[in-house]
Amino acid sequence: MARKVLVVDDDPYILMSLEFLMKKSGYEVMVARNGKEALTLVDQEVPDLVLLDIMMPDVDGYGICSYIKTNNTLKKIKVVFLSAKTKEADKQKGLDLGAELYITKPFATKELVKKIDALLAE
Amino acid sequence: MPSPCDVAKYMNEVFVVFCVFLYLAILFGIAYYAEFKLKRGKSIINNPYVYALSLAVYCTAWTYYGSVGRAATHGIEFLTTYIGPTIMCALFLPMVGKILRICKAQQLTSLADFISARYGKNFTIAIVVTVFSVLGITPYIALQLKAIGKSMEVIAFNGGHVNNVNTSIFDSTFFIAGIISVFIILFGARSVDASEKHEGLVAAIAFESIVKLVAFVAAGIFVTYGLFDGFSDIFLRASRVEELRHLFQFELGTGTSYTSWMALTFLAMLAIVFLPRQFQVTVVENINENHLRKAAWLFPLYLFTINIFVLPIMFAGKLIFDNGAVDADTFVLAIPLYFNEHLLGLLIFIGGFSAATSMIIVETIALSTMISNHIALPVLLSAKNFKTAGEDKLIRTIRTIRQASILVILMLAFYYSKTVAQQATLVSIGLISFAAVAQFAPSVFGGIYWREGSQKGAMAGICMGAVIWFYTLVIPSMTSAGMISSKIMNEGLFHITMLKPYELFGLTGLDSITHSLFWSLLFNTAAYAVVSLYTKQSVQEVYQSELFVNIYKLDGPDLHRPVWRGIAYLPDLKGLLATFLGEERTQKLISSYAHRHKIPLDDKHADPRIVAFSERLLSGVIGSASARIMVSSVSKEEELKIDELLNILRESQQIIELNKELRKKSLELTRATDELRRANAILKNLDLQKDEFLYTVTHELRTPLTSIRAMAEIVHDNPDIDIEQRQHFLTGLIKETERLSHLISQVLNLERYESGKQQLNLSYVNLYTLLITVAESFEMLLNEKSIKLELDAQGNVAPWRCDEDLIHQVLVNLLSNAIKFADAENGRIALALEQKQEEVRVVVEDNGKGIAPALHQLIFDKFFQAHNQTLKKPEGSGLGLAISKKIVEMHNGKIWVESEVDKGCRFIFTLPIIE
Repeated sequence: MARKVLVVDDDPYILMSLEFLMKKSGYEVMVARNGKEALTLVDQEVPDLVLLDIMMPDVDGYGICSYIKTNNTLKKIKVVFLSAKTKEADKQKGLDLGAELYITKPFATKELVKKIDALLAE
Repeated sequence: MPSPCDVAKYMNEVFVVFCVFLYLAILFGIAYYAEFKLKRGKSIINNPYVYALSLAVYCTAWTYYGSVGRAATHGIEFLTTYIGPTIMCALFLPMVGKILRICKAQQLTSLADFISARYGKNFTIAIVVTVFSVLGITPYIALQLKAIGKSMEVIAFNGGHVNNVNTSIFDSTFFIAGIISVFIILFGARSVDASEKHEGLVAAIAFESIVKLVAFVAAGIFVTYGLFDGFSDIFLRASRVEELRHLFQFELGTGTSYTSWMALTFLAMLAIVFLPRQFQVTVVENINENHLRKAAWLFPLYLFTINIFVLPIMFAGKLIFDNGAVDADTFVLAIPLYFNEHLLGLLIFIGGFSAATSMIIVETIALSTMISNHIALPVLLSAKNFKTAGEDKLIRTIRTIRQASILVILMLAFYYSKTVAQQATLVSIGLISFAAVAQFAPSVFGGIYWREGSQKGAMAGICMGAVIWFYTLVIPSMTSAGMISSKIMNEGLFHITMLKPYELFGLTGLDSITHSLFWSLLFNTAAYAVVSLYTKQSVQEVYQSELFVNIYKLDGPDLHRPVWRGIAYLPDLKGLLATFLGEERTQKLISSYAHRHKIPLDDKHADPRIVAFSERLLSGVIGSASARIMVSSVSKEEELKIDELLNILRESQQIIELNKELRKKSLELTRATDELRRANAILKNLDLQKDEFLYTVTHELRTPLTSIRAMAEIVHDNPDIDIEQRQHFLTGLIKETERLSHLISQVLNLERYESGKQQLNLSYVNLYTLLITVAESFEMLLNEKSIKLELDAQGNVAPWRCDEDLIHQVLVNLLSNAIKFADAENGRIALALEQKQEEVRVVVEDNGKGIAPALHQLIFDKFFQAHNQTLKKPEGSGLGLAISKKIVEMHNGKIWVESEVDKGCRFIFTLPIIE
């Protein structure tokens, strides 16, 4: 069964690109344009991995991550932050919340795909 | 119109005397209360209001009764007595301030002390000033006693009738004088230190000032509004009476000439400084030098108030008692009594009594300090055995001397009041006293501004003035009292007509006071100046004259180096001080002074500063001249040469100036440091803002860069994707590249506007056309979102001077925002353009979700959206409003938003006329 990946970003072109890349790697892809949609999908679909932007209206990426990682049934979901926030403190905050990876934008697509494949192969 | 008085109306004598004693008891009570409070650490006299009220001791029974009397014969001339002090307060305050400062610096306790200290701490001149003051002022005190006696008669015997005068020596006045002397001794002569403030006494004097003001104004209101129909009614009726008409006028030949006006005003200007009682309250009893400034307008206000009703009362008296049976000096009291207003009469009587007693009290204290310090003490201290007498005994002796001199002065005054004074009116005696103290003016004013004024000059001037004063004013009054033959008046001394007392050296045409003042001050000043120029000053004189003339330069926080060379032993000095101040107080004063100035006390040899301080302390008790002798008696002093002294003085002046300079420099330095610190803080803050801005910019750039890179890589790595999807990515690539370059140019624009590099390219622009152009450029977008656009503009807005390109930018920004935020279903945008006087106003309104008031300011910040991620984030650089604001401000205009949540937004900006 194909692994499920949830992509969360409020920028339509990034969302479009990530959707394409994940599908091409053979995953089942869901997309969310804001925090609320993301939380609903996490609850309903329980994906294997979430690609998460930080800066979004309503609920931000940190909020979603901590929701996942503090919930016993959800915390097995792998979280990868994809953010334009490049400060070390922001990165540390994300990892402290339990995220598996923190990747800064812009990113190289091949690298990203490799890292996600590796994470999901564990 | 009241009829002439036939029956005398008066009150029970016993009752009146009882009220007088009751009033005196209240005075005692107030004085005790003030001293009681002071012991508890709270001074009730330490404020400018009480100080100003105490200055009002100037208003004596002369003011109270005599002004009306004087007005009855001389019209408004009585005002000179009050105009003088007012001018002094208004124009010559610095002079009074300087005297005050000198007295504080040198612990001077009387005018005699002041003059003596200025002219080398000389004994003789102090004695001359003292004797002259006593001679000149005692009649004035007598006058007050006479006023008390006379008002007693009016209220208790005869209702003011001229005949029927009570002349027995031992009447109630005698007992009242006795009680007053007890009061003065109790509150004025208890401490031997004359420089100490008389707390209770000053409080009582201030209270008396209130009483006399209230009483006089009450009399005025009763007469003016009770008996008559206001001021105009009295004046109108009086003007119909032939013989009163001249009192309205101000002309030559009616007893008042312009020269007399000038002379009397000048006399009063001097009196306010040189009358012993004024010197006492203004200088000796002053607690805080700053009080003088406030008193300088409060005191004239007091004088003004107490004089408002003088003329109405005078005219009313003349109209009511038109047969002349009542003395005008008693009108104030006689009128209410005539109308059976006994309670009011009693109040007025008490008011007059308070005016008289306050004067007697302060004047007597001032004179007794002079007598004891300058006549009695020098005699006592020259006796060889005084030091062996023991300290208690000496202090007791000084106190006894002071008490005795109080009694002597009052007895003298009482005697005078029962003899000579019976013949004269209140005002004439007062003016003679004024003329006496005026003789001190040249020596004092010269003394504080003219360094060369010498002791011999001052002596010559004062003696000369005194002799002429005596000859031209006292001799005539003695002849009229029948004490000496009146032949001298008509024929002159030794039958020399040039020496007629009222026409000295053939000068005629002046009234007696003006005449006397002219000659006495002329000879006084001339003698002072000429003798000063031709005599040499002693070292002590040079020193003192420097200290007086340059008081502000030499008296600072850094006490100047005392000019004293010699050997003094601390135990000797302390012993000397203890004799006058007591062991305990001496110890306390010396050690606190030494502590304050960091002077070691373990040395047996006294520091020169301690010697100088001791001398100042002693001055407060025994006068500066005696203090000088005392200090030199316990030390071996070396006589300084004049140029040595001058050198030292110059040096200390330089040191003080240097110190002032240094203090100024250090202040400037502190200020500069503060400014630097502030500037640094601002820079740091700016730096932080810059960092923040850069971070935000790079962050904003990352987002489009991310999608560009991702999409480009996808298209590059996947040549096989279908054409439609490929097209999607390529469109995205173009859009994101556009967004990126837009962002970059916005950032650059903003930077240019903020740094001020952008110059306005001004031209006359038709804003209406510009608005339409901008609106048309959005036509497609508006249609796409089906937003209705309304344009409400007065087509006739004049071409407006502004930068067309920049305003175009603002309009684009505002309109694109409005399109973004307008209601998604029924979008509506209204544009308005209107001219309001000196500015045009552009409004862009949408019907979207609105903005909470808390954010109205913040939205104009750079990247406001980026910092507030919880808000709905429409596309855009986040710089539009910041840029718009900058552009509008460059045009000196304003931009703001009016909005509430869910009610749409109104963005408004204004453009004023630019020259």
